[in-house]
Amino acid sequence: MSTDSIVWPRSESLSRPFVDQLHEWITTVDHKRLGILYIVYALIFLIIGGVEATVMRIQLIRPHNDFVSPQVFNRMFTMHGTTMIFFVAMPIVFGFANYLLPLMIGARDMAFPRLNAFSFWLSAFGGLLLYFSLLGANGLYGAGNAPDVGWFAYAPLTSLAFSPGHSTDFWTLSLLVSGFGSIGTAINIVATILCMRCPGMTLGKMPLLAWLNLVMAGLVLLAVSPLTAAQIMLMIDRYLGGHFFDTQAGGSAVIWMHFFWIFGHPEVYVLVIPAFAFISEIVPVFSRKAMFGYPIMVAATVAIGFLAMSVWAHHMFTVGMSSNANTFFVLSTMAISVPTGIKIFNWLATMWGGKIVLKTPMMFAIGFLFQFLIAGLTGIMLSSAPFDWHLGNSYFVVAHFHYVIVGGILFALFGAFYYWFPKMSGKMCNETLGKWHFWLFFIGFHLTFDFMHIPGLLGMPRRIYTYEPGRGWEIWNLIVTIGVVFQTLGILVFIYNLLSSYFRGETAGSDPWDAWTLEWSTSSPPPAYNFGTIPTVRSRRPLWDLKHPDDPDWKYE
Amino acid sequence: MSATSMTVPEMTVPEPNWVLPPRGRVAMFCLIAAEAAIFTIFVVAYLFYLGKSPMGPQPKDVLEAPIFYSICLLSSSLTIHMAVIALRKGRIGNFGAWWGATIVLGAAFLYGTASEWHRLIYREGLTISTNLFGTTYYSLVGLHGSHVIVGLIGLSTVMAFTFLGKVSQEHAERVDVLSLYWHFVDAVWVVVFTVVYIIGR
Repeated sequence: MSTDSIVWPRSESLSRPFVDQLHEWITTVDHKRLGILYIVYALIFLIIGGVEATVMRIQLIRPHNDFVSPQVFNRMFTMHGTTMIFFVAMPIVFGFANYLLPLMIGARDMAFPRLNAFSFWLSAFGGLLLYFSLLGANGLYGAGNAPDVGWFAYAPLTSLAFSPGHSTDFWTLSLLVSGFGSIGTAINIVATILCMRCPGMTLGKMPLLAWLNLVMAGLVLLAVSPLTAAQIMLMIDRYLGGHFFDTQAGGSAVIWMHFFWIFGHPEVYVLVIPAFAFISEIVPVFSRKAMFGYPIMVAATVAIGFLAMSVWAHHMFTVGMSSNANTFFVLSTMAISVPTGIKIFNWLATMWGGKIVLKTPMMFAIGFLFQFLIAGLTGIMLSSAPFDWHLGNSYFVVAHFHYVIVGGILFALFGAFYYWFPKMSGKMCNETLGKWHFWLFFIGFHLTFDFMHIPGLLGMPRRIYTYEPGRGWEIWNLIVTIGVVFQTLGILVFIYNLLSSYFRGETAGSDPWDAWTLEWSTSSPPPAYNFGTIPTVRSRRPLWDLKHPDDPDWKYE
Repeated sequence: MSATSMTVPEMTVPEPNWVLPPRGRVAMFCLIAAEAAIFTIFVVAYLFYLGKSPMGPQPKDVLEAPIFYSICLLSSSLTIHMAVIALRKGRIGNFGAWWGATIVLGAAFLYGTASEWHRLIYREGLTISTNLFGTTYYSLVGLHGSHVIVGLIGLSTVMAFTFLGKVSQEHAERVDVLSLYWHFVDAVWVVVFTVVYIIGR
């Protein structure tokens, strides 16, 4: 083999000038590099979104605080929500899918590498467009600057009369652009999973992560498109004088809510199904057992995918729908808790009787299990329309969905970071720092979001920039804000751990966790072509078969 | 490099008949699913707002069903199908003729839409900002028209390559994937036509 004909980017790039390396990263179509780009991009926005949340919590630490003006507070919650959903959670989920899917199904890249790069850069520029509003969205006094219409931007607040200037347009355009990126990535994920599997990997032998990402990508196709359509309508209203959401001319504000939540609720499942996927990979490996009930897990995920499309109006109980519509959405929302509950039982049954290894990824996974359960329980409470009439738009709802997104999705993501960081970087994450991260973030999370339920029950509405003393909300808001301190410390430990482990960590080797899926059969980090020879699999745990030729899985599946 | 060292002979048992679906078709069906969701939202908006315009031209006063141009568009599905069949058999001349006919029919449909819009704007005084009907009508028909334009750009690209002699039998699969998009654009017109010109009047 002549060495000059082989591109070997990693070892060469160490000695290359910075500009060349930068050029390589920007022009890359390699799924691993794009995955890392997605993840790094999302982590930067995670810090920005976290700062916005912190500003809000400082403002609410005591009654009549004047840390920020009401206008700035509005911009903060709008930017926090939009950033965290569209420019943190989505890209991080896509990043892991990009990095892991080809490795786990034994392929050398995604189905469409250039579409992959195109989609990433669309998402990236979408995020920059949102933040460019800080510079570019000049308008009338108090209307310029960052978007301030809330992350679901209800009509008629977004009409020209109530949102002059261009801040809302930046919001619309950035979601439109990043939405096209999401659809491109979803197409790529589906095509990769269906068309790029290595020989022997039938649908029933795919890792659960691949199955769950397949459902996630299908949901993106069906759920992000309505948002795109709604944003086009909003642009027509704002720029061409249309009347879609113009109640003065017969338009309807409620239909925007429907269109937004037809996107908005499946979006929750777009984010949480990959979290399920991480847990479904981490729990078996650290319980030293095969996944309990693989076919049921797949069936439950597909059921969630279908049901997710029929629950959106539970966000709208307080709008005043007909009692038939209320009944339908109450029942469908309660129904979706059934397959979700099945999953919880499957993970518990996987752990049951296993030799549980309490490494950092597993600690985050166990944290996920309990917190996601509680999040689901408050979800069932809110799914009951009469209960929701009391608590809709209160801090109880805010606490509920943060329990899902932080206590569920973010904990699963942290687990995924610690689990796959050795594969991505070739270095082990520091266990001690990882446990500090877990406990700090765990304490901070529970201080903030457990106690956030209570002011909601006491009647504190969301999105208020301050409140009167004497309503019994002060102590709870103080505790909630103190929790932010712990969460911030946890995140700082996490970032420091990633950086220090990357530069000074122990070498990981190809399979540090003694795991069973194909990504651990190649070196860490994997070469550009992933696999020297394309593997052939005969069971769901190909590396188990390899390590235990006397007792392979395929005899029992 | 442990990539190959872990792969013992047992793992590389050759799998007979390992065939996976073609990625181009899968991706195009995904795109069609996403586009269908976009059109669904616009169709729902159109139906929801039917008869809700407080004033101005109403659909029954100004709309005339573009039957001739609809026949043009729908028959272009047939011609593109014939074109793909011809290319599969390697008959490049026939392919070019059917493909060209598809482009002409698609362009005729666009001309139909353009002349209808010209009449509505200049004779009937209906613009996108006149009333709700104008808003929903121009956005739904315009969304479809923009898809026809995108399709025509794709078709014309293939036509240009055909003239340059760069299209051969081996490209039949790719050309077929593009034809799927065109069939989708035609199928959407059946829905839009039904909603706008039959139910809407």
